[in-house]
Amino acid sequence: MTCRELIDFLMEYLSGEIPPDQRVVFEDHLQVCPSCVAYLRTYESTIRLGKASLEPTEDELPAEVPAELVDAILAARATTA
Amino acid sequence: MKDLDTLPFPPASKDADAQERSLVQGLRAGKDEAYAQLVRLYGGRLLAVARRFLGNEEDARDAVQEAYLLAFRSIEGFDEASRISTWLHRIVINASLMKLRTRRRKPEEPIDDLLPKFFEDGHQVQGSVQWKESGETAVLRKEVRVLVRTCIDRLPDSYRTVLLLRDIEEIETEETARLLAISTNAVKTRLHRARQALRTLLDPHFRGKAA
Repeated sequence: MTCRELIDFLMEYLSGEIPPDQRVVFEDHLQVCPSCVAYLRTYESTIRLGKASLEPTEDELPAEVPAELVDAILAARATTA
Repeated sequence: MKDLDTLPFPPASKDADAQERSLVQGLRAGKDEAYAQLVRLYGGRLLAVARRFLGNEEDARDAVQEAYLLAFRSIEGFDEASRISTWLHRIVINASLMKLRTRRRKPEEPIDDLLPKFFEDGHQVQGSVQWKESGETAVLRKEVRVLVRTCIDRLPDSYRTVLLLRDIEEIETEETARLLAISTNAVKTRLHRARQALRTLLDPHFRGKAA
């Protein structure tokens, strides 16, 4: 297995979609390739960072929906009902 | 799929289920107060979802308004086995995607420059190194969250959208494919490329030093 093959199928490897006999081939490559181990770890960190960064923090989440938006939605309902 | 109740917001009360049933009954009976309550209860959280997809406040508010109007029209078809927050989440995503489609004007930049490069023998052209700080600790800092959001915004829309749907909104591959009218294989390919491109953009900031 080459680095290219491992990285091309990394998502399937991490999500457990690779059959056991093929996983062994991935793991053999990871045993001897620190660069691919680093790629795998940083790929996983990327997913976690993306997810955590886009969750609104408490100070970003509107405590309540802006009043003018509520008014606009209810007014639009009244005209389309 | 993510439930809006899992977002950092005042937790649902113990009688949330009963409250929700009563709300749905009020909506089906056409009670004005029930409609107002539906908007006040979930509007803020739906706005946060729309902002993730659309970036600008005006478009996000439009998408939330369109989502609510669609929800009002469709309330008869709401399956009470589902949570109303999950149902609204799906509707606002749809409205945001519609808006994204209508405003997409210019051709996308290719993503290829952000994907890893390989020599003919399959080795990486630029060897990868571990990051000094894990995502868990880094993301606690505001400047890191801003950096990651900025990098996500730099992804071409067709990749950014798949990343948002799959990794952030936690929508399954098949549902993502249906929402975007593309194949499941295309969803998987775009998601992998989007993650790789985001990793490339983040790498200089985390490589070899604490971000």
